[in-house]
Amino acid sequence: MKKILGCWLLVIMLLLAVASSLTAASYPPPVVGGTLPDIKLPIPKDSADKNYLGLGFFGFGSFKIPEIKAKLVIIEIFSMYCPYCQREAPNVNQLYAKIEQNPALKGKIKIIGIGAGNTSFEVGTFKKKYNVSFPLFADENYVIHKIVGEVRTPYFIGVKINSDGSHQVIHSKLGNLEGVDQFLEMIVKLSGL
Amino acid sequence: MKVYSKHVVLVLLIGAFILSFTFVPAAYGLSDAYKNNIYNPGILKSKNSVLKVKIGKPAPDFTLKAVSGEMVSLRQYRGKKNVVISFVPAAWTPVCSDQWPGYNIAQDIFDEYDAILLGITVDNIPTLFSWTNQMGNLWFPVLSDFWPHGKVAASYGVLRSDGVSERALFVIDKKGIIRYIDVHDINKRPPLEDIVKELEKLK
Repeated sequence: MKKILGCWLLVIMLLLAVASSLTAASYPPPVVGGTLPDIKLPIPKDSADKNYLGLGFFGFGSFKIPEIKAKLVIIEIFSMYCPYCQREAPNVNQLYAKIEQNPALKGKIKIIGIGAGNTSFEVGTFKKKYNVSFPLFADENYVIHKIVGEVRTPYFIGVKINSDGSHQVIHSKLGNLEGVDQFLEMIVKLSGL
Repeated sequence: MKVYSKHVVLVLLIGAFILSFTFVPAAYGLSDAYKNNIYNPGILKSKNSVLKVKIGKPAPDFTLKAVSGEMVSLRQYRGKKNVVISFVPAAWTPVCSDQWPGYNIAQDIFDEYDAILLGITVDNIPTLFSWTNQMGNLWFPVLSDFWPHGKVAASYGVLRSDGVSERALFVIDKKGIIRYIDVHDINKRPPLEDIVKELEKLK
């Protein structure tokens, strides 16, 4: 009887240890100077989005952010349900427009948005409401949100993509852009473009 | 051998219980709009009430005070608008704080289906006032079911034993008949498309 009880307690302790380690398995937000966690995104069905990201017309399946054809990628972690993200949407659109209108930056800086906890329908609702021209991705089950440190939204990450395919996080910050021109100037300077 | 099997079953049950808490996502993607003012109650029992209403039956009428000060009754929409009632458990909590702001940018969708949204919690008006101020200007009425405490939530059968309501959606047609009920897992936000699909059926 004592033997059974001992085994019983041992199994419970093991389960508790597994449970607590899984609960504690939190990720930090991307660190400046470091690399991105392994984020996989679906290749967009929309041909304009696909072309913008330089993923080829016939591409399908998934891609990783450093595979985007750019020297710098700005990632916005947002949510359709986040009032700050809603308020920031016109500014992020303005940032996109300024990049696209500048021949020195167009094609070199790309923006994507990842909707934390949002379904495709919800991301589509946000895109339509704010006329967002850059690609937005749904992260319905918080899979990406979890590995980027469960950040509050909006959260902006700047990633420099090197010619050898390697990459480096150059910006990682919670909150709004704090001025479109200032943000663009800062991010261009940090990337060395 | 029989005793041993009983112990194995018991251990497996306890294990499943422990792991069920582990795999519930703790991430909410909470907006920075609320800064550090959100109280996180942790993972709660998904449902904790017994419904008192049924699909196909008339929705219980109510009159509640809105944050704006006006009195809003369900019956005032009879013959005029489809009604979506969104009960959320409590102000200043993680999932609730990022539910109505999403509906706030979906007014076009509600208009398309000739529907009004009524947001209800059991919080008092001052609490709802400060909380909803963080969400921007909401286009839909936010109603306080504070006193008698949770009377409307109780009449629908969505008042939990701890005094907050469930996270529940009710779609009521222009005749006042309940057409859809979703008493959702309190820890999770129902997808927007669930409402849209149900409103589509009323067209």
